[in-house]
Amino acid sequence: MTNLVEIRGLTVEATTDSGRWIQILKGIDLDIAAGETVAFIGESGSGKTTAAMTLLGHARPGCRISGGTVKVDGHDMATLPEKERAALRGTTVAYVPQSAAAAFNPASTIMEQVIEVTRIHRLMPPDEARRRAVALFRALSLPDPDGIGDRYPHQVSGGQLQRLAAAMALIGDPKVVIFDEPTTALDVTTQVEVLRAFKAVTAKRRIACVYVSHDLAVVAQIADRIMVLRNGAVQETGSVHDILTRPTHPYTRELLNAFHPDTGGRPTLPIANSTAPLLEINMLSAGYGPPQSNGQPLVLAVKGVSLQVKPGTNLGIIGESGCGKSTLARAIAGILPACKGDIQFNGKELWHSARQRSRDQLRDLQIVFQHADTALNPAKSIEDILGRPLTFYHGLRGKARDARVDALLDMVRLPRALRHRRPAELSGGQKQRVNFARALAAEPKLILCDEITSALDTIVAAAIIDLLKELQRELGLSYVFISHDLSVIEAICDEIIVMYRGQTVETIVPADRQQPQHPYSQLLFSSVPKLDPTWLDTLNIDADRMRVA
Amino acid sequence: MKTHSSTGTLAARSGYRINPVGVASFSVVLFWALVALVAPYITPHSVGEMIDADYFGPMRPGLWLGSDYLGRDMLSRLILGARYTVGISLAAVFIACFTGVVLGMASAVLRGPVDMVLSRLLDALNSIPSKLFGLMVVAAVGSSIPVLILTLALIYVPGAYRFSRALAVNIETMDFIMVARIRGEKLPYLIASEILPNIIGPVLADLGLRFVFIVLLLSGLSFLGLGVQPPYADWGALVRENIGGLPFAAPAVIMPSLAIATLTISVNLLIDNLPQKIRDRSAS
Repeated sequence: MTNLVEIRGLTVEATTDSGRWIQILKGIDLDIAAGETVAFIGESGSGKTTAAMTLLGHARPGCRISGGTVKVDGHDMATLPEKERAALRGTTVAYVPQSAAAAFNPASTIMEQVIEVTRIHRLMPPDEARRRAVALFRALSLPDPDGIGDRYPHQVSGGQLQRLAAAMALIGDPKVVIFDEPTTALDVTTQVEVLRAFKAVTAKRRIACVYVSHDLAVVAQIADRIMVLRNGAVQETGSVHDILTRPTHPYTRELLNAFHPDTGGRPTLPIANSTAPLLEINMLSAGYGPPQSNGQPLVLAVKGVSLQVKPGTNLGIIGESGCGKSTLARAIAGILPACKGDIQFNGKELWHSARQRSRDQLRDLQIVFQHADTALNPAKSIEDILGRPLTFYHGLRGKARDARVDALLDMVRLPRALRHRRPAELSGGQKQRVNFARALAAEPKLILCDEITSALDTIVAAAIIDLLKELQRELGLSYVFISHDLSVIEAICDEIIVMYRGQTVETIVPADRQQPQHPYSQLLFSSVPKLDPTWLDTLNIDADRMRVA
Repeated sequence: MKTHSSTGTLAARSGYRINPVGVASFSVVLFWALVALVAPYITPHSVGEMIDADYFGPMRPGLWLGSDYLGRDMLSRLILGARYTVGISLAAVFIACFTGVVLGMASAVLRGPVDMVLSRLLDALNSIPSKLFGLMVVAAVGSSIPVLILTLALIYVPGAYRFSRALAVNIETMDFIMVARIRGEKLPYLIASEILPNIIGPVLADLGLRFVFIVLLLSGLSFLGLGVQPPYADWGALVRENIGGLPFAAPAVIMPSLAIATLTISVNLLIDNLPQKIRDRSAS
């Protein structure tokens, strides 16, 4: 047998709460040779994670593998008894989860958890396992490989934790490793480091990898072949080069197109300098913790930021996680009252705390949060979620309210039938549209968008951006767009502010084709993955050196 | 098999999935509630009347559940006891849980000084032994059914408060609460519309458990002579006053115990098996 993994006619079914079985994977065939990396790519709900999980012989609760074979190293994971599958997990097949932060037990040290696999399968004595773990930490270019194992999960950064999760998967010397969107939760500068580490380690050990992702550019760096999934069926399989240059399936083309967001299509308004700004912020500081003797909070996350938004224009705020961009948005919205500086909105000074602002001020300035999952009340129907601001701000009730809810759903391109559903019954993109429609319901002048596309896959994110542009044309809104994704920000913003450690380091006007000057901006801009498969290998940046600069 | 198909068609018609266990436990609860309602009209004998020459008499025609330690008709006493046990306990548990849950959610939303003061006050109340508290109240204002209901409710407010506050604090950190806050929503909307629908499941389970505690505490109070006054008796008191019949396997002690067991177990099963709305619309 030449192939390490052979999947033939794989089908997976899921049950609904009325007891019906629905096929969610519809016959998948795939071969993976040793040392080869295959990427599963597709939008959320396409079945890519479900397909990857079958390699572990696992189907999520409520699902079952209903047909076909999944041969991994000669064992059919689909029919093997659970006990024998468990024996193969960790030694033959291993799994790296999407969120390493959620996968580690916060109450025990990293080393204990990394070598747990060797203890469960009785592979080697603990001392040897520790030595191997340290060697793996070194191979994954983790800082302080000898000491990092003694720390607890909260004492290392997100990117480091993700690499430690990979170490946990690799310690049992598996032949196949499944990476389930391991860099989706990381920001671009960290993503580069993590991808490099993964690529180096798996290539050296000739491990077959399955890399689940929705980011075509990331996949282009790491994979040999790409399998494009949609609605549980394979759309196209081919080498990275073929898929990127000669996509045959329409969906694949759509995926590639989404990667080049349309920067045009929005008339660049001739902004007269005389126009009074809609939002003006002067030397705003905000932070967390109890106030100190100098009147400032213990940790200052935003340090003296000033900015202006003119009516009908968009401002982008970009920076890595922890740079204070979300704190800035929260301070503007009044969720976290700023400790210094002033906020002028629509010609009037705003109170720092949302509690003291008038209802009209609250209505004019809406904020849309990153995670639509937590921003929508899971116990309420879409109708109630959208209807409440209508009743609250505009006093609409009964038929008038129903009509307006329908209009809002039309506006964000959602079918009207969704109004009776609950948030959990919608896809990620649909939820984000509802989240956005709720802000529109207030009929605001300015919407703060806090990373609203970062939890979405490329196609859906591009669709949301298009929607935002269109609504801006129709309703004359302004957006403050916060993101770590440069391509998104470039597509929609008239002006971009780069934030680093709580301060603005540079203001860039994309229309002027201006190149970033500040070294941090350069690092940020060059870290955005390109579709070119050789990008990662040729990328010549040293994040740590740049950060010091 | 037949039950399955009948609940299946019922589910398809109403859009709710109805569990056979839920149906069975609901019937038991409904049965006791009806008994409590019509009690005075269906008792074969008067509760205080001694009609059997023997005490702890066995079951026999005319005395269907035997006689108690004074030779009174056990069936009549049990039927009338349902009034006290079901009525007082239900009233008390609803007052306790309503007050506790509303205060709990309010302090989770308001935080700061309100939370601090409410929490410490209710903790202090929690630290008073419940029977001693009952004794004190009855000594102060005398025993009557409204006093009994309020006392039992007050004793169980701190527990319900702690429980719902813990749940509400978790919900309160979610973004949708933040969205509602910066929309300018006030406290009543926040707790009733945003938080309550998300914690209603555990709160109902807690209500079921607290109901059992109250039934037991009520019989404890009756034991001390602080509860329902003779010749009337709630089920707990019936068990206690006939405990001497245990060596004789007298139905007088077994029957009220069974009554308590069926009621409390059914209430809990009912709450765990409430009808669930089917959200897979394409099925119907």
